[in-house]
Amino acid sequence: MSRPLTIRDLPREERFAPGHRMCQGCGAAILMRHITKAVPKDTIITQATGCVEVTTTLYPETAWKHPWIHVAFENAAAVASGVEAALKALKRKGVIPESKDVKVLSMGGDGGTFDIGIQALSGMLERGHDVLYIVYDNEAYMNTGIQRSGATPFGAWTTTTPVGKVWRGEWRRKKDIISIALAHRVPYVATVNPAFLPDLYEKIRKALSIKGPKLIHAFSPCVPGWRYEPELTIAIAKMAVFTGVWVNYEVENGEFRVTTPVPKRKPVEEYLKLQGRFRHLTAQEISEIQKYVDEQVEHINKLAGKVVIGPVER
Amino acid sequence: MSKSLPSWRELPIGAVILQPGSTVRYKTHEWRTLRPVINQDKCIRCRLCWAYCPEGTILELDKPYTTKAGKVYNITYEVNYDYCKGCGVCAYECPVKAIEMVPEVR
Ligand SMILES: Cc1ncc(C[n+]2csc(CCOP(=O)(O)OP(=O)(O)O)c2C)c(N)n1
Ligand code: SF4
Ligand code: SF4
Ligand code: SF4
Ligand SMILES: [Mg+2]
Repeated sequence: MSRPLTIRDLPREERFAPGHRMCQGCGAAILMRHITKAVPKDTIITQATGCVEVTTTLYPETAWKHPWIHVAFENAAAVASGVEAALKALKRKGVIPESKDVKVLSMGGDGGTFDIGIQALSGMLERGHDVLYIVYDNEAYMNTGIQRSGATPFGAWTTTTPVGKVWRGEWRRKKDIISIALAHRVPYVATVNPAFLPDLYEKIRKALSIKGPKLIHAFSPCVPGWRYEPELTIAIAKMAVFTGVWVNYEVENGEFRVTTPVPKRKPVEEYLKLQGRFRHLTAQEISEIQKYVDEQVEHINKLAGKVVIGPVER
Repeated sequence: MSKSLPSWRELPIGAVILQPGSTVRYKTHEWRTLRPVINQDKCIRCRLCWAYCPEGTILELDKPYTTKAGKVYNITYEVNYDYCKGCGVCAYECPVKAIEMVPEVR
């Protein structure tokens, strides 16, 4: 294998224009900047409704420099499937040369992927379309005002999982989208995090080099939805990895590999205390979340066949 | 005075937007209450602010700079104040604290 990429390897050229209306410090904006750097210039992007879509395409302007299409909320993967099928048909008819390799990228938020778009995504993965799907996961329906989704973690406040005498925020655990994708026997899935950009860049390049359906799950801090000061976006993204709340890994043809090992984990409250959405949590609720993280880490280490994410160090 | 909107007859089919990256027409600097100011003598050219800025408004320029201590750099990082929203991510992440967030006085 070639040497791992560093921050110096990221292309200077910007393919995602400023002037978009994403919030100050938005994690998804950092993701979009680097995703558009990693994919070839003629890649066709299909996008679900959500923050990224509404803030980047206020008619008659667009922040995108790639061919980009939005149809609706639930169907980004179906649109991508159609685009990929159309490219094949155009090649068959000799309209574009057989040798021309145009990539298709599809993106959606967690709501548009875990919940409402899951059928379109499952169909795309099942039919084997040559598409890379990236879900930017800010753990709620942010664009419409912070409603919980299947990706909202246990304990998080949202406007539909309020905090009061009876309700204590979200009471269900986050849905495991990676396992859902893997159940379709896809050749490549990975997780990425905006604090680890060379890793993100490398995974996107690798995914695009593999034929067939691929899924990348991206961690996406959200300033108003997670309730923190905008300067903390990257600090929170890093802390998610250092506590084991988020693990950077990839599964390539069934082979599992952690790309950001964490020899000594930090206690989960180091992550939780940075965000207002977890402010109400009691010590007992925090220890319950710690238990969930420990379980996840154990599972990861089992898949890796060794300890890649270490124990909590207090 | 704002000019009247084009009629549907004048729009491309499907109202396709034909100008890539055209949000540059909309400057977002008015969102800012704090202005990041880079100290070129302190900056070690690590590239982190450039990488992490959500707006892509830290410019990486092939512009040589000699620090007061006599160190020569071939690149300079400068903020594009037309679009910087003042989030402070760059200043927070700078490993040598070379970026100061200064209140905007208008
Ligand atoms: C069928 C349909 N239902 C509801 C909506 C309203 N809607 C638009 S964006 C959105 C939330 C998107 O959430 P998510 O996919 O997580 O993206 P985010 O805004 O968080 O980035 C909703 C509910 C819609 N556009 N279409
Ligand atoms: S609401 Fe959250 S995800 Fe949406 S633009 Fe703002 S910070 Fe980004
Ligand atoms: S304050 Fe935020 S928007 Fe402005 S240059 Fe720094 S990171 Fe970019
Ligand atoms: S993060 Fe700080 S040291 Fe690094 S390039 Fe930016 S200003 Fe210079
Ligand atoms: Mg969301």
